[in-house]
Amino acid sequence: MKVLLMGNPNVGKSVVFSRLTGVHVVSSNYPGTTVEFTLGAAHIGGEKAEIIDVPGTYSLDPTCKAEEVALEMMHEESPDMIVNVVDATALERNLYLTLQLLEEDVPIIVILNMWDAAERKGISIDVERLSRILGVKVIPTVAVTGIGIKELVDTLSHAPTPSIHHPRLSDERWAYIGEIIKKAQKIRHKHPSLGERLEDASIRPLTGIPLAAIFIVLCFYAVQFMGEGLISLIDPLFENYYNPFIVSVIEQIIPSGSVHDLLVGTTSEITESFGLLTTGIYVPLAMVLPYVVSFYFILGILEDVGYLPRLAVLVDTVMHRIGLHGSSIICMILGLGCNVPGVLSTRILETRRERFIAATLMAVSVPCMAQNAVIIGLVGAHGMVYVGMVYITLFCVYIGVGRFLNRVLKGESPELFLEIPDYHLPHLPVLLKKTGMRVRGFIMEAIPFVLLGIFIINVLYLLGIITFMADICAPFLERILGLPRDAIVALMIGFLRKDVALGMLEPLNLFPHQLVVASTVLTLYFPCVATFIILLKELGIRDTGKSVVIMIATAVGVGGLLRVVLEVIP
Amino acid sequence: MEKEISLLHMNARSGIITRIEGGHGMKTHLACLGIRVNKCISKVSSQPFRGPVVVEVDGKQVAMGRGMCRKIFVEVE
Repeated sequence: MKVLLMGNPNVGKSVVFSRLTGVHVVSSNYPGTTVEFTLGAAHIGGEKAEIIDVPGTYSLDPTCKAEEVALEMMHEESPDMIVNVVDATALERNLYLTLQLLEEDVPIIVILNMWDAAERKGISIDVERLSRILGVKVIPTVAVTGIGIKELVDTLSHAPTPSIHHPRLSDERWAYIGEIIKKAQKIRHKHPSLGERLEDASIRPLTGIPLAAIFIVLCFYAVQFMGEGLISLIDPLFENYYNPFIVSVIEQIIPSGSVHDLLVGTTSEITESFGLLTTGIYVPLAMVLPYVVSFYFILGILEDVGYLPRLAVLVDTVMHRIGLHGSSIICMILGLGCNVPGVLSTRILETRRERFIAATLMAVSVPCMAQNAVIIGLVGAHGMVYVGMVYITLFCVYIGVGRFLNRVLKGESPELFLEIPDYHLPHLPVLLKKTGMRVRGFIMEAIPFVLLGIFIINVLYLLGIITFMADICAPFLERILGLPRDAIVALMIGFLRKDVALGMLEPLNLFPHQLVVASTVLTLYFPCVATFIILLKELGIRDTGKSVVIMIATAVGVGGLLRVVLEVIP
Repeated sequence: MEKEISLLHMNARSGIITRIEGGHGMKTHLACLGIRVNKCISKVSSQPFRGPVVVEVDGKQVAMGRGMCRKIFVEVE
C-alpha cells in the first residue's frame, strides 16, 4: 500500500510522517521545509505500507519547484491512499486543495492538524458535519504530541474512495467552501494573546528591526556559549585520556614507520599530528561537533517558533539589492549549518535566476558550521578581532558578488510572497529529535570524509606530490596571497573538507593576518565536494561551471586585496 | 457606495476586497492564502523603502510585495 501525505505548506505533514513511520525528517514552523519527498514504512492493519511525505502545495496548479515535485508525486506514484493534512486554524483556504484532491479518485482521509492551536484561537470545527459534507473520514490531530494519530492508523486501511461530487470551477469551489465553513466552523472572538502581540511587534519596522538585532545577537552568543561550553567538556577528555591512550596503544603494536605515522602522526600534539586516529577523530568530534550541536539547537528553536519568515520580511528590501528576496535569508541561515541543505532549500525560490544567485552566494561566502568552528578556534586564538576581519570580508563579498550578479544576469527578482506562520512554543522532544537527527547527519558525513582527507594528505606527502604542487603554486601563494608554499596542502584538501583544510594551517605557524587571508580564501575558492555535487544536481553543469569561475575569481581577487590591506595596516 | 482603492493606498486598518487583477495562477495562489473577493483584509505593517507589506485575512498573515498590493483593490468603510 502506498500512502501520500499531502497538504498546504506548513501544516505539519512532516510531523505526521515522523509519527507514522518513526523516520525523522526535519520539520519547522515555516512553509517549504520539505522540498523533496521522503519515504518511510509503517505497518497499517497488519500490512506494510509505504508512506511518502510530499512537499506542501496550496493547489494542484504548481507555482514553484517544490510544488512541482508535489504534483509529479501525485501523478507518477499512483497512490493507494492520500492523507490530506489540513491546518485546523486555517480550514477555509486549506479546503481548496482538499476539494481538488477529492476529484482524484483515490481513497482519502482528511486530518485536521494543530487542533490544539485552533482551540486556543477560539476556532471550533464540527468534525462530524465536515465529514458528512466532504464524504470522507475527518480526524482531528495534534501531530507533535501524537493525538489522533492512532485513529488515523486504524482508519487508513479501510478508507473509502470519495463519492460525493463537488464543484470543480475555481469560483464555484470557493463559494462552496464558504458554505462549508458557515456550516461546520464557529469562531469565538478572543482578545489578542501575548504571542499574537509579539507576532505583530516583530514584523512592524519600528519594533521589528530592533527585535531582530536583539534576537540575532542573542542567538550568536547562545551558539558560542553552548559551543564553548561543550568544547571545555570534551576537549580535556581527548587531550588527557584519548590521545595518550591511543598513541601508546599504537606504539606498542607498530612502534614506528609510515603506518604508525599514518595512524597517529609524528608529534604528540593532537591538532598537529595529522594521524587518522588522533587529528582525524579530534577535528570532527572535539572541534566541530560542539558548534554543530549548539548551532542546530538554536536554529531549531528559531525554526519551530516561526521567527524566520518574519526576518525574511524585514530583510527583503536589502535582499532585493542582490537579486534575491527576503525568503533567501532562510536558505543562507541553513547554509551556515551546512551548505548542502542550504543549497537544497533554494528550491523554495521561484525563479532559476534566484536559485543560481542564492546557491552561488552560499557556496562562495557562507561558511558552514564545520568551517566556522575551526575559524573561531584557530583564528580566534589570536584574538576575536581577526575572526571579525574574516566575517566582515565574507559579508562584503556576499553583498558585492550579489550586486554584481544582480546587475549582470538578465531578469528581475520577483517580489516576496510568503505566508507568515503563527508563533508556536517549540515542543522540546521534537526539537531535540530534530537537533539529534541533524547532528547524526553531520557525524555520518563528516567522519568518513575527514578520515579520507587526512589519509589522502598522508599519501600525497609520501608520494612527494605535495612538495611538487607546492613548488608549482609557490609563486602564486607567496606573491599574491602572502602565504608560505606549504599552505598548498590546505587548499588542496579544502576540496574535500574545509575543517580539515583549516586545521592544516595550524602547524604552519602563520601570522594572524596570514591566517585571516588563508581562512577567507579557503571559504571562498571552492565548495567542499558534498556541496559541489549538490550544486551540480541543482544547477546543472553549465551554471555550476559559471558559479565555480566566480568563486575562483573572487578568491584570488579578494585574497590578494585582503593581503595588501592587512599588510598596509599594521 | 464607497470608493475603491488599491490595497497599497489603503490607510485605514482594514477593507473589503472588491477586485484582484492578474492571471489565473496568481489569483488561485492568492485565493489559497485567503485573499479573495469579499474577504476582509487588514494591513499589519509596511516595511520602509518600498519594502513588503504584511496583511492579515482570517487571522492569518501573508507578506507580499508592493507590486502585488497594487493589484488588489479594496473598499474601505
